Amino acid sequence: MRKLLFESLIRPILTEAPPLPDGEAVRQLAEAVGGAARRRLGRSLSIRAVDAGSCNDAELEIHALSNAFYDIERFGIRFVASPRHADVLVVTGPATKNMRQALERTYNATPDPKWVVAAGDDALDGGVFAGSYAADGGVGSVVPVDLHIPGDPPSPTALLRGLLALLERAENG
Amino acid sequence: MAHEWQGMAGRRVGRHHGAPRLEVDRNGWLDAAAALSAGRLTLAGLWGDDDAVHMAVLAQAESESLAVLTLSCPDGVFPSVGRLHAPAIRLERTVRDLFGLVPEDAPDPRPWLDHGRWGVRHPLGGRRREPAPAEGCDYEFLPAEGEGLHQVPVGPVHAGVIEPGHFRFTVNGETVVRLEARLGYTHKGVEGLMQGAPLSRAVRLAGHVSGDSAVAYALAFSRAAEAALGLDVPARAHHLRALAAEMERLANHLGDIGAICNDAAFPLMLAHCGVLRERTLRAAETAFGHRLMRGLVVPGGVAADLSGEGVAAIRALTAEIRARFPELVELYDNTTSLQDRTVATGTLTFELARRFGAGGYVGRACGRDFDARRALPYPPYDRLSFDVPVFGEGDVNARVWVRIREAEESLSLIGQLLGSLPDGPAAVAMVPAGEAREGVAVVEGFRGDVLVWLRLEADGTVGRCHLRDPSWFQWPLIEAAVEGNIVADFPLCNKSFNCSYSGHDL
Repeated sequence: MRKLLFESLIRPILTEAPPLPDGEAVRQLAEAVGGAARRRLGRSLSIRAVDAGSCNDAELEIHALSNAFYDIERFGIRFVASPRHADVLVVTGPATKNMRQALERTYNATPDPKWVVAAGDDALDGGVFAGSYAADGGVGSVVPVDLHIPGDPPSPTALLRGLLALLERAENG
Repeated sequence: MAHEWQGMAGRRVGRHHGAPRLEVDRNGWLDAAAALSAGRLTLAGLWGDDDAVHMAVLAQAESESLAVLTLSCPDGVFPSVGRLHAPAIRLERTVRDLFGLVPEDAPDPRPWLDHGRWGVRHPLGGRRREPAPAEGCDYEFLPAEGEGLHQVPVGPVHAGVIEPGHFRFTVNGETVVRLEARLGYTHKGVEGLMQGAPLSRAVRLAGHVSGDSAVAYALAFSRAAEAALGLDVPARAHHLRALAAEMERLANHLGDIGAICNDAAFPLMLAHCGVLRERTLRAAETAFGHRLMRGLVVPGGVAADLSGEGVAAIRALTAEIRARFPELVELYDNTTSLQDRTVATGTLTFELARRFGAGGYVGRACGRDFDARRALPYPPYDRLSFDVPVFGEGDVNARVWVRIREAEESLSLIGQLLGSLPDGPAAVAMVPAGEAREGVAVVEGFRGDVLVWLRLEADGTVGRCHLRDPSWFQWPLIEAAVEGNIVADFPLCNKSFNCSYSGHDL
């Protein structure tokens, strides 16, 4: 382990700057999120992720936000275990009827001010699952949505870009 | 046409392809249940249809073989298989929830996927479909009695970024006496949406059953459709599909190895595995246009051919992983604090894995030597050389090692596939048969064997499609594996199984 840790010190840093244009977007986000978040929310933005029936693709990409390339915590954004600690709910999935009550309760447990981000095409209007007997028409049919991040699933860069847009809106609104 | 399969008599259905389908009578159905109970057959699926139930079974004779048995049940009842063979219980509860077909003398009368929230009962049951209140229903967990026991309810919203499900622990002090899961929260009604869908939409739905297995599901669906229509896809398509399937396996195993170690309080491994996983997803995007390779596999072949740039990206990826992965394996193997958490934790017995037909790393970590790529071979795996790693201990550690060895095998397979990539077209057009056709296919996803059965109507649209996730036969086993462990080790055990909630709930 010692060798691996030592090598990690001398290897180049992976955190982006990767190839354009996505890498450029990530770099710009690093600056913009930093500024806006600090003014409104101090230095931190706490996110509670809620899976409201997603097919687990969006969860994979939310996990990727924590890897060395995106390193979401450098922006002061972190994922928390309880809605009671959260500023933002990131909700994925078409909002299945079997998850409706749990989603409502999670929303009600989140203190104000709070924002809801619906992540993924299915979270907007059901997406590929629209019209099913088992799903409501997207997250907005259960809780008020402040921002939608499109994608099937949204890439980590799209998720970061979306969180920035939310911060700008919180700043002005 | 009278037909016999493994000593079972029935009428063989001519329009069904990919494996024989036999229409059996009540006695034939009960014989199959008895054979499952005695261990002569393995249950591979059980699902409903219009006035009928189907059961997929595996037999191990000279080689593994698959068959579908059908029992017509116009009066809406069928003899319970779960009464004799526990792995069928949740499947039968689902058949009743969705189709209103009732398993006679079933040991567990509770609903499973139906939480009383849909506003409709028996949504796929045709004339058995009926409106119902949507205010939810009570759910009784099985009792556990004894001195000093208390219950810990967990979920459906969990502390981490994971899918929703409810776990009811009965504990004595720190020790889990019983775990009972309640699933169904992510039920999206995929099989209902399938009905009447054209192939292009249906394969898209299949790719959204479990996002981590987008390739495996699209492949299983496409192979079932191609079997039904009697269509051969070009050799290049077979190769590109396998390439995508192995990259999917690699990405998921890398993610899992890191996440399991993270749940054992060793985030260093997650950090390093996370880098390799991200590189795999980026190579997939360069090669096939989507990080999870969604939309790539379609009936008839693949939607996107591989460019020279894509080949270079995959070669660079495998070189990187070959250089970095061994030191991570060494790190895992030599860190005693980590081994202390994973060795002898969450142990599953071979007997249970065999009885439930548990596929993937769950089965192979406790000696169940089954891999659909080898047992029910499909191209191009019948021409490739690979090992199926099997371990015997059945603990978290063994499930990590199966993943490590399989990731290495996938690297080798990717090399073989790139080295022998045939020229020619990457897809052929799908032509409707002009009559109803049926097909079944099994492919090996990263989590285990995915089974897809479908009936195509004369116009080429889907009449009925059933998609069976490997998790159906793994979820019940985590309840056994976690017994006697401490509550705090449940996340570790659960991650080492990494069952799909969405794939199971459909």
